[in-house]
Amino acid sequence: MTDTTLTPPSGKTSAPAPNRITSILELDPLTRKRNAAEARFKLYGIIAIGIGLFFLIALLWAILSNGLGAFSQTFIKVDVPLNQEQIAAAEKSVVKTSKYRAIIVDAFARELAGDKITTDMSAKDMEKLFSSGAAATVRDYVLANPDKIGSTVTFDLIASSRVDGYLKGRVKREDLAEDKNLDAAHLDLADQMQSAGLLEKRFNWAFITGTDASDSRPEQAGIGASMIGSLFMMLVVLFLSLPIGVAASIYLEEFAPQNKFTDLIEVNISNLAAVPSIVFGILGLAVFIQFMHLPQSAPLVGGLVLSLMTLPTIIISTRASLKAVPPSIRDAALGIGASKMQSIFHHVLPLAMPGILTGTIIGLAQALGETAPLLLIGMVGFIASNFPDGVAAGFFSPNSAMPAQIYEWAKRADPAFYERAWGGIIVLLVFLMTMNIIAIILRRRFERRW
Amino acid sequence: MSLPYILIALLVLAAAGYIVGRGKALSSAGGDSRELHSLPGYYGWNVVVSILVPALLLLIAWLIIQPIVLDSQVSSKISEETIAASSLDLVMSDVVRVAEGLDLAVSKGAMSADTASSIRIELTDVRSRLGEIGVALGSEVTAETLRAAQTYRSISGTGLLLRSIVVLAAGLIGFAVAVLRTNKDFRARNVVETVVRYILIAAASIAILTTVGIVLSLIFNTVEFFRLYPAADFFFGLTWSPSFGGGSELGIVPLIWATMYISLIALAVAVPIGLFAAIYLSEYATPHVRAVAKPLLEILAGIPTIVYGLFALLTVGPLLMNLFGSGGALGVSWMSGASSVFTAGAVMGIMLIPFVSSLSDDIINAVPQAMRDGSLGLGATHSETVKQVILPAALPGIVGAILLAASRAIGETMIVVLGAGAAARLSMNPLEAMTTVTAKIVSQLTGDNDFASPEALVAFALGMTLFVVTLGLNIFALYIVRKYREQYD
Repeated sequence: MTDTTLTPPSGKTSAPAPNRITSILELDPLTRKRNAAEARFKLYGIIAIGIGLFFLIALLWAILSNGLGAFSQTFIKVDVPLNQEQIAAAEKSVVKTSKYRAIIVDAFARELAGDKITTDMSAKDMEKLFSSGAAATVRDYVLANPDKIGSTVTFDLIASSRVDGYLKGRVKREDLAEDKNLDAAHLDLADQMQSAGLLEKRFNWAFITGTDASDSRPEQAGIGASMIGSLFMMLVVLFLSLPIGVAASIYLEEFAPQNKFTDLIEVNISNLAAVPSIVFGILGLAVFIQFMHLPQSAPLVGGLVLSLMTLPTIIISTRASLKAVPPSIRDAALGIGASKMQSIFHHVLPLAMPGILTGTIIGLAQALGETAPLLLIGMVGFIASNFPDGVAAGFFSPNSAMPAQIYEWAKRADPAFYERAWGGIIVLLVFLMTMNIIAIILRRRFERRW
Repeated sequence: MSLPYILIALLVLAAAGYIVGRGKALSSAGGDSRELHSLPGYYGWNVVVSILVPALLLLIAWLIIQPIVLDSQVSSKISEETIAASSLDLVMSDVVRVAEGLDLAVSKGAMSADTASSIRIELTDVRSRLGEIGVALGSEVTAETLRAAQTYRSISGTGLLLRSIVVLAAGLIGFAVAVLRTNKDFRARNVVETVVRYILIAAASIAILTTVGIVLSLIFNTVEFFRLYPAADFFFGLTWSPSFGGGSELGIVPLIWATMYISLIALAVAVPIGLFAAIYLSEYATPHVRAVAKPLLEILAGIPTIVYGLFALLTVGPLLMNLFGSGGALGVSWMSGASSVFTAGAVMGIMLIPFVSSLSDDIINAVPQAMRDGSLGLGATHSETVKQVILPAALPGIVGAILLAASRAIGETMIVVLGAGAAARLSMNPLEAMTTVTAKIVSQLTGDNDFASPEALVAFALGMTLFVVTLGLNIFALYIVRKYREQYD
């Protein structure tokens, strides 16, 4: 940098400036320019961080504004008289639920009349207000409580996804032109029903605990079964990658001699950490399914693939926390007669444990959100429709996982499923946040500074 | 004896071994543990190790070898004509299904064990008998299949019995040998520690095994693919139109093009933002601002990619449609659908911001303070120091970070599956839908499990390409980063 206060650069101020600044308290043009450049540069940094934070907020806003709807659900209150003959006739027919549907619509029409709501809608149209799963709800109740036959029972039946969407503001009146399932009359009726107290929006437990539902019943789809699938996968990942990762780190950090074999392992670990996750999916497909004939779509296989994927993460963090234990601990243990193995397993490892657990939780959180490898080993499709019965079935029978279920919903045509997908993301993020907070607390509370 | 029972039996044996070994060592020292070479527990562990290690190794070997032997024995019973009519794989899966059905029938008591191994197709309708107990068979059971299934059952039955005997015998022999060797002068700790050391080495070698597994599974299937489809057409073909009926054109060029295009857009978003954010955080920000802004930015890295995919598909895509689509705010109709190269690229860029910023942050922080002080002391402003001293010094590291980000972008799957579209195209328009290597791997391998057609096998060739490219980028980037770090260490 040239000395700006004494001799101005010749090129720019060639003419001898009569009003040359002589006081050091006043800035000359070059200094001012340089200071402006400095301020600009600083501003760029602030803008960059601002953009980053803006994206974060936009993302969270998109998730919350679209997804919170999945946690509430519209129910229609109907008093259904469980008539003996009608039910007997329904149970005898081939398509039992269609008869039950007729019973519900009958009861509903009577109820509307009772509340002085007039409509000229046909029974077939009225049916569209209800979820197609409503009939099954009534039938299941009847089968479970045969003693109630003959009495009138008040049911809270799930409204169809369109009515639900209308109450949540997702379905607008303008959209109805292209919709075959609903017309303006339905919405007028829904408005009247709402003011009569027949329609009610409630917290949707079924979304959190329920199973996936078919394409025509988005209002009944839930993420519960795939949560169980994810849980079993995480168990596999935890019980495989934690011991193997810790063992590998202990070897590399404490025992490995400086040779080609150790180098080979090190290179492999750092490369595996950067291999695209989909490649692990291909590995799982080829080795576990094609070669070893393990069952497809099973959480066990998903867990195996994710374990291999998480191993490098766990190894890297475990090695860092082993390295952080000062050599004086090892020396002290060796000095009073412990073997090397004893000094590590009795002293170094317990001291490194908080760091190892933190790394493991973060690795698990990563594995929990991973989707691509699961698509290849078939953990998608309409399989999360029932809960596994028992622990063995939990590992071996087909299931989905939370991110795979979200992907599955995102691919379906009905926009009502998009709301479920966003809602699923909220559930997934709550899990991830909890895991990360636990990791941070562990680190804050137990990490020792030497 | 099924697998869980064998494992339980071994564990019980091992627990007993621990007690016996420890007890024998103590009694040989007359109850005084100071007389022993090792701590008493080590004698117990020594017995446990010599029970479990040989038994489990045998068990694993058996689990790998038995299916191979079984397969070759049973498939030799199937005639050439049957294989020619369909394929060996299909016939074998029929055989296995019939055999499993017979097993189920026996275990449910619908059939006695004798009947199951002696029924003949001429006398009983096997398909309906199995159907009664809930085993649905796709086609009529032929006499040949039934015989093969019966052979399968008898061999696998004998195999299971032998397996239990051999494994438990190995455990018992280990037990006996270890207990016999136990006395107060036996160096139990050394033995146990050696075994533990080998276990540690084995665990560390899993990383190598994984890489070998990846490479082998890719290579075998890729070679298989190139036998069905010419390699030159794959690498230089300009059209990608798979059809499972046959006559597909599987050229990788459009996929590579879209992958590069999307990665380029992603880097164009992520690199300037990430780099400036890193410079600000490491050079200008007060510790307080840094403590807040850095973790907030890193939240972006912790969000799963499926979330970004959904964000691209349902938020960014429609937003771009409202701007550039027909009837959009700008009055141009450059965009025909929500998914496009730009949608996926922009969202991927957001994902990569924290990746670029935290890597560059580390690298900028690694530049020695003396260089900053020198520049500032000569009268340079802070930004001049950054631009003319720090960035040139950190440049190799930053290039490495950008390469790592590029390899991330190339291998990213969920964002492009949801946001980029499904049609393969060679086009310059960033608002058009295109598809990438990773998206096609997913679509060619999802749902269908026939690994014999070139349309499915091509996914492995795509995976191989992806693996080689990202591996090359990673190795190169790590090399640069490491070399740079050494410079200032």
